[in-house]
Amino acid sequence: MEKRAVFRSRWLPYALVAPQIVVTLVFFFLPAAQAIWYSFLVQDAFGNDTQFVWFENFKTLLHDDAYLNSFQVTAVFSLCVAVLGLAVSLLLATMADRVVRGSGPYRTLLIWPYAVAPAVAGVLWAFMFAPSIGIVSFVLRKIGIDWNWVLRGDQAMLLVVMAATWKQVSYNFLFFLAGLQSIPRSLIEAAAIDGAGPFRRFWTIVFPLLSPTTFFLLVINIVYAFFDTFGVIDATTYGGPAQATNILVYKVYFDGVKSADLGGSSAQSVILMLIVITLTVLQFRFVEKKVQY
Amino acid sequence: MVENRPWVTFFSHAILIVGIVVVAFPLYVTFVASTLTLEQILSVPMPLMPGSHFWDNYGQVLTAGSTRGAAAPVGRMMFNSLVMALVIAFGKIAISIIASFAIVYFRFPLRRTFFWMIFVTLMLPVEVRIIPTYKVVSDLGMLNTYVGLTLPLIASATATFLFRQFFLTVPDELAEAARMDGAGPMRFFFDVLLPLSATSIAALFVIQFIYGWNQYLWPLLITSEESMYTAVIGIKRMIVGGDAATEWHLVMATAMLAMIPPALVVVLMQKWFVKGLVDTEK
Repeated sequence: MEKRAVFRSRWLPYALVAPQIVVTLVFFFLPAAQAIWYSFLVQDAFGNDTQFVWFENFKTLLHDDAYLNSFQVTAVFSLCVAVLGLAVSLLLATMADRVVRGSGPYRTLLIWPYAVAPAVAGVLWAFMFAPSIGIVSFVLRKIGIDWNWVLRGDQAMLLVVMAATWKQVSYNFLFFLAGLQSIPRSLIEAAAIDGAGPFRRFWTIVFPLLSPTTFFLLVINIVYAFFDTFGVIDATTYGGPAQATNILVYKVYFDGVKSADLGGSSAQSVILMLIVITLTVLQFRFVEKKVQY
Repeated sequence: MVENRPWVTFFSHAILIVGIVVVAFPLYVTFVASTLTLEQILSVPMPLMPGSHFWDNYGQVLTAGSTRGAAAPVGRMMFNSLVMALVIAFGKIAISIIASFAIVYFRFPLRRTFFWMIFVTLMLPVEVRIIPTYKVVSDLGMLNTYVGLTLPLIASATATFLFRQFFLTVPDELAEAARMDGAGPMRFFFDVLLPLSATSIAALFVIQFIYGWNQYLWPLLITSEESMYTAVIGIKRMIVGGDAATEWHLVMATAMLAMIPPALVVVLMQKWFVKGLVDTEK
């Protein structure tokens, strides 16, 4: 779509896009290009000698058990966050859609966690579940569960999944509620007249009609779990114990900033870039479909 | 409501209430912990009713900070967070609205190139270019400055798209009429386009304010001086490791303080928040 009415000026449009383009060039394109360049280099421990090694860093990475483990951890983590988050918020949204009175206050009371920073969410959950002083750990011990996420990898994973999901439920909830409210009432009424109960109506009518929203949210949640949960990890487990929660984004940060492994970290950045590009393309192809729908 | 089934309705309310309680429980525990003394928190289990140290704890973190780990007053950190959130929100809105104005209302060489350059930034979140971006900012001498905290996060493809989409729906007749009346492009921008964009700006503001306030990785990298910490970083720096060594009552008071401003923005500007979420994902 193009505008018919346009203004003419030799310099004004350039002046108007200049701030955005300058920031983009200096803080996006230059660093991204450097990340790609560094990923082909190996630097010695003192940082004064670098060597061009082609794809050596990538080869090392793909043979590195810690990195492959991080891939696996990220996959498990993002799937758990996406599935748990979608399930809980779909349940709540369906209930809120049924309730005629009071859905306003319910919505307000459910959306505020969106405003909580991932790092703060991590701190809150780590505190409730702290092995020795946490209030929930106390209850878990009472009922005979040996809870200590500082030592046990599976429990650490559970903790970061819960903290990351908690923050994201509000977002999913809003989109599901909007999706539910756009389903024509006549369809549901027709099914009800035909004798379908609430449960049957949900699975045969509502859920299929909601699938574009669900797929869209699935992609968004995976992107969230991949990138925005850095704060959750850094505020709780630091990727531990024994790498059990070391997601890719955290590993890039740790290897690059804490271990100062320039080449290896940059190679990881490049791989992450490829993942983002894939996810973005997926998201946009889907948006085109949604317009049709 | 399709039919009247009192039990199903009751069940719906029950699930919603359980959901709200579960979602709110971490917040409640945080609030309670922020009104207790450290000894009360460390005596397992901690009480679940608010204590009497509300003013002591909040007063101490706001003016003095914790005594272990980061010792900067949280009042200062809140100010830093506020500056960061406001500059990022207004900065993003300002540079994207003029960029989309140029892209929609002018024909000029490289127009498409510029549009695609902005589009590609979607695919380059801070997380994938941590070290080089840090180097650029450090070479420019912007570590521990407000400019360094905000400027690299100010370019935004989503905001540019949002305004572009909106401008495309503005009737062409408006621009034609303005031109016939002798108004230049900037006059048209300020007198016609900007007032029409008010709701989009409000929606975007809510989303970007929260985005800016909640930034974590970026301030973690480039702030090493306590006076430049944001509230979110401050909380993290107060946790010194070990359940008993951390002053949890102060950490929790700081966490409350760090959550209140963005939560207020979401709840009070709910209408624009929902619009912003839906629009930015289009």
